[in-house]
Amino acid sequence: MPTYAFTLNGKKVTVDAPADMPLLWVLRDLLGVTGPKYGCGVGVCRACTCHVNGTAVQVCTLTAADVVGKKVTTIEGLAPQGGLHPVQQAWLEEDVAQCGFCQPGQIMQATALLNSKRNPSDTDIDQIMNVCRCGTYCRIRKAIKRAASTM
Amino acid sequence: MPPAHPVPNPLPSAEEASAGPLTRRKFLTYVVAAPVLTVAASSTGTLIAPGKAYAVVPSPPQPENILDLGDVMVAATKQAQDLLVLEVTTDNRVVFRMPRAEVGQGITTALAMVVADEIDARLADVDVPLEDARQDLGTAQSTGGSSSVRSLWDPVRSIAAEARARLVTAAAKRWDVPASSLTTRDTTVRAPDGRSATYGSLTEAAAKVDQPAVPTDPKPSSEYRVIGTSTARIDARSIVTGAAKYALDVNVPDALPTVVVRPPTIKGKVKTYDAAAALKMPGVVAITELPSGVAVTAKTFDQALKAKSAVQVTWAAGTVDKVSDADIDARLTAAIPPMTPTPPLTQRVDATFEFAFVNHAPMEVGSAVADVRSGSAEIWVASKSPTGAQSAVADAVGLSVDEVTLHVVRGGGSFGRRLYHEPAVEAALVSQAIKRPVKLMWTRNDDMRHGRVRPRSHHQLRAVHAGGDVLSYEHRMACVELDLGSGTGQALVDAGYVNPTIGAAFFNLSQSCPYNFGPVTESLNEVSYDMPTAAWRSVYSAQARTAEEILVDEIAKGLGTDPVAMRRKFLKTGEARAVLDKVAAAGNWGRTMSSKTAQGVALHAEYRSIAACLVEIDCRSDKPRVTKAVMALDVGRQVNPSGLRAQAMGSLIDGISTVLLAGNHLDDGAFREGSYSDFKYARQADAPLVCDVHLVGGTGKPGGVGELCVPAAAGAVANAYARATGSNPRKFPINF
Repeated sequence: MPTYAFTLNGKKVTVDAPADMPLLWVLRDLLGVTGPKYGCGVGVCRACTCHVNGTAVQVCTLTAADVVGKKVTTIEGLAPQGGLHPVQQAWLEEDVAQCGFCQPGQIMQATALLNSKRNPSDTDIDQIMNVCRCGTYCRIRKAIKRAASTM
Repeated sequence: MPPAHPVPNPLPSAEEASAGPLTRRKFLTYVVAAPVLTVAASSTGTLIAPGKAYAVVPSPPQPENILDLGDVMVAATKQAQDLLVLEVTTDNRVVFRMPRAEVGQGITTALAMVVADEIDARLADVDVPLEDARQDLGTAQSTGGSSSVRSLWDPVRSIAAEARARLVTAAAKRWDVPASSLTTRDTTVRAPDGRSATYGSLTEAAAKVDQPAVPTDPKPSSEYRVIGTSTARIDARSIVTGAAKYALDVNVPDALPTVVVRPPTIKGKVKTYDAAAALKMPGVVAITELPSGVAVTAKTFDQALKAKSAVQVTWAAGTVDKVSDADIDARLTAAIPPMTPTPPLTQRVDATFEFAFVNHAPMEVGSAVADVRSGSAEIWVASKSPTGAQSAVADAVGLSVDEVTLHVVRGGGSFGRRLYHEPAVEAALVSQAIKRPVKLMWTRNDDMRHGRVRPRSHHQLRAVHAGGDVLSYEHRMACVELDLGSGTGQALVDAGYVNPTIGAAFFNLSQSCPYNFGPVTESLNEVSYDMPTAAWRSVYSAQARTAEEILVDEIAKGLGTDPVAMRRKFLKTGEARAVLDKVAAAGNWGRTMSSKTAQGVALHAEYRSIAACLVEIDCRSDKPRVTKAVMALDVGRQVNPSGLRAQAMGSLIDGISTVLLAGNHLDDGAFREGSYSDFKYARQADAPLVCDVHLVGGTGKPGGVGELCVPAAAGAVANAYARATGSNPRKFPINF
């Protein structure tokens, strides 16, 4: 089985995995990182959203081969151990989460947006395609704006 | 064999408590007269308080405004009050084992607040783990009918107040001062001379108190410090850091990923299968035939999913193979009885509405972990009817319910779906067959095509009016039969509501017209199909009351009246008018809007609560968007305003989705939609830019809120769409 090396949440990791194994299952089943969630497996619901070199991606549509030598960040690695990223802090202050299942993906998506645009417009926020079945969208919007004002 | 898997379990089980060594129970486990724990308590000194008088189960059936579904759950929970468990640990944690599921509705936070307030603990010192399935609780452990806070409000305050009284009494004895001189706050008892003791340091002594020396009544509402204060979810940090564990995240060592090959049509059966090729694929551990398909177990989900497509299955027909939406529509139309003829010299408004099937589509797909051994089974599942799930697992694997331990884990959404527990039964069957622990996952396709749905429904409505008054009002609903055999439905059966059907009983106990429309006739006829349906947030009201709110706008049009003025005139109660007035004022009802944009309003009263919703919609493109929403709620006592607002906002998105966007087509016995790409639940771009939720009222006991706002939101969206487009929408979702 091929071996792939990449950086996961700041640490170098090496995994033996089939070449076509989705990164979502590499993370969850081989590396025990469960923050990214399975919601559809086809990049539609975006509950698995993580960062690769700072860009938001759906890890269910990537493989380990796609991230060789790159920096993969999951929700667990967004902030230093024990701390909170300003976006996570904004999520707490707006009391965004309900069931919480999509929220790691929402937060990773929002953070990538804020990293590319310091003050995203409503139109920018409208481009976020992550599904929240509990319907927390209004608070997500407020939390992104709150985070924008503190980052 | 590995040892039992570690799970959060701050209390010994009832069995352990009765059989275990006495020294294990040195803390105050405050259980009021639980039969099993009584034994442990009497032999260890653990406190047992006198049992409370039981409430009687109300006699069926009466109209919703006398007795509603929540009252049934209130009665069931009251009966089980003496079985609730509140514990104060020596490390100063106050632990309430909540006999409910947490699926995002925020009841762990609300109940933690109630406990903290009543026992005078810091909220941060309160833990609310989810109780394992307990047959002694029965349906009192069900989560449904927006009844959790409503039904636990009195029992939880009562046991917390009793526990506090005993902690105070223990401190008084320790310090030899009058108990009445002591005060409590922040998980600590304090004396006038400055001495203090944490609850944790008093819990052993408190367990030996025979009679509290201070009153054990819950505090008056004027003394609430936590209840009524907007509070962020107590599990919010674990959610935003990714630490929160759902069923498939629970670390059960060596649990093997498992997926199921499912039939092409609903409830199709395996005729034959050939697993030879799949078994040769990397990582594949076992192939197991199930009643629902063929399970593939492998070392990773990737391997299981790949091997799934290599299993060759020939399928026997499903149960509705020749059935499509049009066939159902014909039967639903036929199932609606003739409407009452219109009297002379009157006018009438008639309307017919259709609502599509809607999948629950919670973000977390059906999932369960099972470890079935000889003579025992352990299950981890997000179940809203854990005792039902426990019984179903026991039946499936041939064990007694006592031999099945079922842990309720947090759920990634439910909306009614997790009243049912197919994944738990499947996981147990596979684990038993292969003698290994397994974690079984439905794919999103599985959830969409073999999960449950809100039944397709038709509605015929007629209002007769003359001289500006509505003289009579009639609503005949027909829908595909709703499976209510779990959770709240079972509570109804237990309470004697089986005539003529559970659905009819449920309908009668949930439907009431909030308007003075003269004689009101509302009825439900269900058409039976062997297909998986389930209560969907707001159950029948999601369609029935939405249809009625649309008709109210059309009656207003017929009377030449403004929709808000019309509702104000005919609403039965001042409380409902106050809620309506709030959205009309805060939402600037009647403001000038440009062409193809409009406001819409609707109201709904249920669960002893009232909600109104005002939205503004923009229909200038072919993709209508709700741009603004103003909601108002009177839910009686407000436990957590932030959580109440969250439920309103979520319901608004359900209203937008089911009216404008999201539904499921049935084509020859199979659902067409397979994922969120074609099941068009609202995304950020469909949500309003502004959503304000106002809370009015606030006295008395808490009403229900989880499902309350769906009909008001859906009605407001449909009414705004009608006014913006000048159309009369009849089929939902509109863009289907």
